[in-house]
Amino acid sequence: MDYAKSLIAAASGPALAIALAAAPAHAAGVTAGTLIENTATATYESGAASVTVQSNTVTVRVDELLDVAVASLNGSPVPIGQSSAVLSYTVTNTGNGPEAYLLSANPTTTGNDFDAVVQSIAIDSNGNGIYDAGVDQVIAAGAATPVIAPDASLTVFVIASAPSGASDGSTSQLRLAANAATGTGSAGTIFTGTGSGGGDAVVGASTAQDDALGGLIASLATVTLAKSAAIADPFGGQQPVPGAVVTYTLVATVAGTGTTANLHVTDVIPAGTTYQPASLKLEGAALSDAADGDAGVGGAAGIDVALGTITGGTTRTVKFNVKIN
Amino acid sequence: MSLPSFVKFAALALAFAPAVLSAAAPASPVALKGEVKLEKTVVENGVERIALVAPDVVVPGDKLVFSTAYSNTGATPAVNFVVTNALPSGVALAPDAAAATLAVSVDGGKSWGKLAALKVADGQGGMRAALASDATHVRWTLPVIAPGASGTLKYHAIVR
Repeated sequence: MDYAKSLIAAASGPALAIALAAAPAHAAGVTAGTLIENTATATYESGAASVTVQSNTVTVRVDELLDVAVASLNGSPVPIGQSSAVLSYTVTNTGNGPEAYLLSANPTTTGNDFDAVVQSIAIDSNGNGIYDAGVDQVIAAGAATPVIAPDASLTVFVIASAPSGASDGSTSQLRLAANAATGTGSAGTIFTGTGSGGGDAVVGASTAQDDALGGLIASLATVTLAKSAAIADPFGGQQPVPGAVVTYTLVATVAGTGTTANLHVTDVIPAGTTYQPASLKLEGAALSDAADGDAGVGGAAGIDVALGTITGGTTRTVKFNVKIN
Repeated sequence: MSLPSFVKFAALALAFAPAVLSAAAPASPVALKGEVKLEKTVVENGVERIALVAPDVVVPGDKLVFSTAYSNTGATPAVNFVVTNALPSGVALAPDAAAATLAVSVDGGKSWGKLAALKVADGQGGMRAALASDATHVRWTLPVIAPGASGTLKYHAIVR
């Protein structure tokens, strides 16, 4: 009895070694190219002799399963407006072999208020999850990603701009699609000899292609400018007589959910009037006439107040005085 | 006692040179022949049936049937015939009705029993009931194989 036990222990020794050297088990299954080798061992008694006999080893090579999953990383629609939007997606190799995927971005989807303009597709080369222009590798439309290991994911960015004519608050969806570079098709389609690991490639349940939609929301700003004048004549009245001072009020109203960048309010001094030095005001605060550290410039040539970047829902009031000659 | 050296030889042969062992095997009146097939659902004339085909294309999730045919070509009975089969690491024992009847080991061949009676560590300091996928070995015990008798032992496995 001890003898039989020791024989089994001897037989199980190498089996244990094989188990330790096993290909890592993935959610997607054993890696393509893994050899599954099976051997049976028999022990028995024949007359007085104890015999051990082993079967031949049968070997099955695991072929490559082509699968992919694409998901959007944007939980809510990404604002798109004056600056372009960056949509983030993950492309996960749910197959069992290293595989590259062909990427394409399609801005046209049923139900879109507007179709964005795709500028480029890039992969997160430095792995920081944020699009870094000039650092993250641009993938030409229809071109392949670098090879993605089984169960590994790649973050992909689609950079898109708003088309002219999009209205503030309107929405759009942009689809990123990934197709296994080896091939796609209905599940079970076999590509003989082209699998990683030396075997065939077999299309999995995902059909070796997947896509996901990323949401965009137009975030645009419109600017309206209202000009009014108030006259104070030298006699305490409001008549436009020589010597009367005219106070012009310019109200810039920025509407919408977006922002305007580099907004300037400019005006010329009407003919027959003279700019009143040191009369320029922004939001009630005086601005010097010189082109210096503050936002305003005033003089005979007119006024120019730089408002910078203004978010929607904001007004800015500029005032200046002229005297009627 | 030549026993220890024999055991050593067997282990060595298993580990490094199965070919050497099979060359020495003709001394055994019982021969083992291993075979593997892929179990596939095929549709013929709109009717599904299970077919066993050559495992030319195999991917994770596929079901394989490993069989070991034995035949006693000698003149004496083979007694206490025990066939041990370590499961290849790339497969899991298929959780079918047949698996429940097999003698299996879930600890690398140290202890044996029916799957339902075995437990494995649950990874949280306790034990849980063993699953078919926990099996590391399967084993068959035949009391005797008469001269001229033959048969086939098989188990189903799912590619992990």
